[in-house]
Amino acid sequence: MDESGGHAVNDFVEAVKFIFDERESPAGGTQVGGLAELWELMWPHLKLSGASMAIACAIAIPLGLWLGHKRRGGFLAINASNVGRAIPSLALIAFFVAYVGVGFTNLTLALVLLAIPPILTNAYTGVSQVERDTVDAATGMGMTGKQVVRRVELPLALPLMFAGIRISAVNVVATATIAPLAGVTTLGDPIINVNTYGDEGRLAAAIVVALLAVATEVVLGMAQRVVTPRGLRVNRREAVT
Amino acid sequence: MSALLAQVEIRDRSEDTCVSGNGFCPDWIADNFDRYVDPFFEHVLLTVVAMAIGFAIAFALALVAYRRRWLVNPITQVTGVLYTVPSIAAFFLLLPITGRGFVTATIALVAYSLLIIFRNVLAGLDNVPHETKDAGRGMGLTDRQLLWRVEVPLALPEILAGLRIAATTTVGLATLAFFAGAGGLGEQIFADINFKSNVVVAGGLAVLLAALLDAAILIAQRAITPWTRAVATP
Repeated sequence: MDESGGHAVNDFVEAVKFIFDERESPAGGTQVGGLAELWELMWPHLKLSGASMAIACAIAIPLGLWLGHKRRGGFLAINASNVGRAIPSLALIAFFVAYVGVGFTNLTLALVLLAIPPILTNAYTGVSQVERDTVDAATGMGMTGKQVVRRVELPLALPLMFAGIRISAVNVVATATIAPLAGVTTLGDPIINVNTYGDEGRLAAAIVVALLAVATEVVLGMAQRVVTPRGLRVNRREAVT
Repeated sequence: MSALLAQVEIRDRSEDTCVSGNGFCPDWIADNFDRYVDPFFEHVLLTVVAMAIGFAIAFALALVAYRRRWLVNPITQVTGVLYTVPSIAAFFLLLPITGRGFVTATIALVAYSLLIIFRNVLAGLDNVPHETKDAGRGMGLTDRQLLWRVEVPLALPEILAGLRIAATTTVGLATLAFFAGAGGLGEQIFADINFKSNVVVAGGLAVLLAALLDAAILIAQRAITPWTRAVATP
């Protein structure tokens, strides 16, 4: 509360200017700021988040579907989220830095571990809550196990599965902000290396990260609505956060 | 301001080969455990204060929205945006307004917890069976009595489930509170992120705190909702 309201507004104006205009770094020498540089920071941010999400989905969705289909391993699938939530993302990344090492690949692995639990839990919950009668009816119509998964359980589980993906994606985008601690330059760089970018650069990065997370949430939220079978659109189910 | 984010040397690397090799050194941990005590309690304070304020606000919002249904969507959307904005961004977005320190960190953590608690309180209230409410009304309870004597108690399992999720998440996010100048275990992790002993102790304490809070709320739930386990005994 030590700064007046006028100062605060001014800080935000300066931060927005930083997004659009280049200026000299407060540390001297290099130029910082401007759309071109922010894009240079955002691209690795998106690459890191995208790679982690792709791998996490490739692992967690088939596993969740299979466990849900067999109605097995519910304890594991449901508690994955509880355990995942209890491990702070900073602690996970620090653990990787200390034990595995820095760099894009190692950090991707860390973010994959962060992203798996919500996807796994929601994919499992989505499939296992499909009513037994529905599955029995499908089997009675002569569907094989694979067909039941693909044509009945998967479509009915899609809304929750997508909710899981959305939760993980937002979390991964947020956590990629501390990637510079593991030697990967992302939008978090101006936040962590404030000497190079200055206070306005740091605030600018915070604004862009916030917008990126909200955009991720909105885009995946729309995708979730698109994939929801029409019969399910009335009663939306709550996802496991 | 930048000096606070600089990497700090937390040990003398010259003598011990385990320590100089960034290893996991039980001796060093035993000798240096003191340095984690204050950050641990800072972390506890941040979490508990944020939880208490977050619960008070979200519970009140849920009670209001329970009676005035049209408020459910706008409240969900606003708290949803607060939930989506990454805490690390929220800390710096608040910085020009509230400055560095405990207040800024707490506001960001509270903002994050609102959606989780709000949704669970509302779901708990919505799941109270109509027959039960009718019985309460038939006994002559006013709306207010019905709420506090029937609906809220029956919603407690879901309310406390939401509180458990919020508690573990808040402990995790509070590890980033040092970016707002509020200390906590994250500051210790950040102080020497390459040193295995440091990372394991500071990170381990954060996980332990999350587990303890989770267990504490679960035990409280068992104690104040004895009817939920009445079926279990044969």
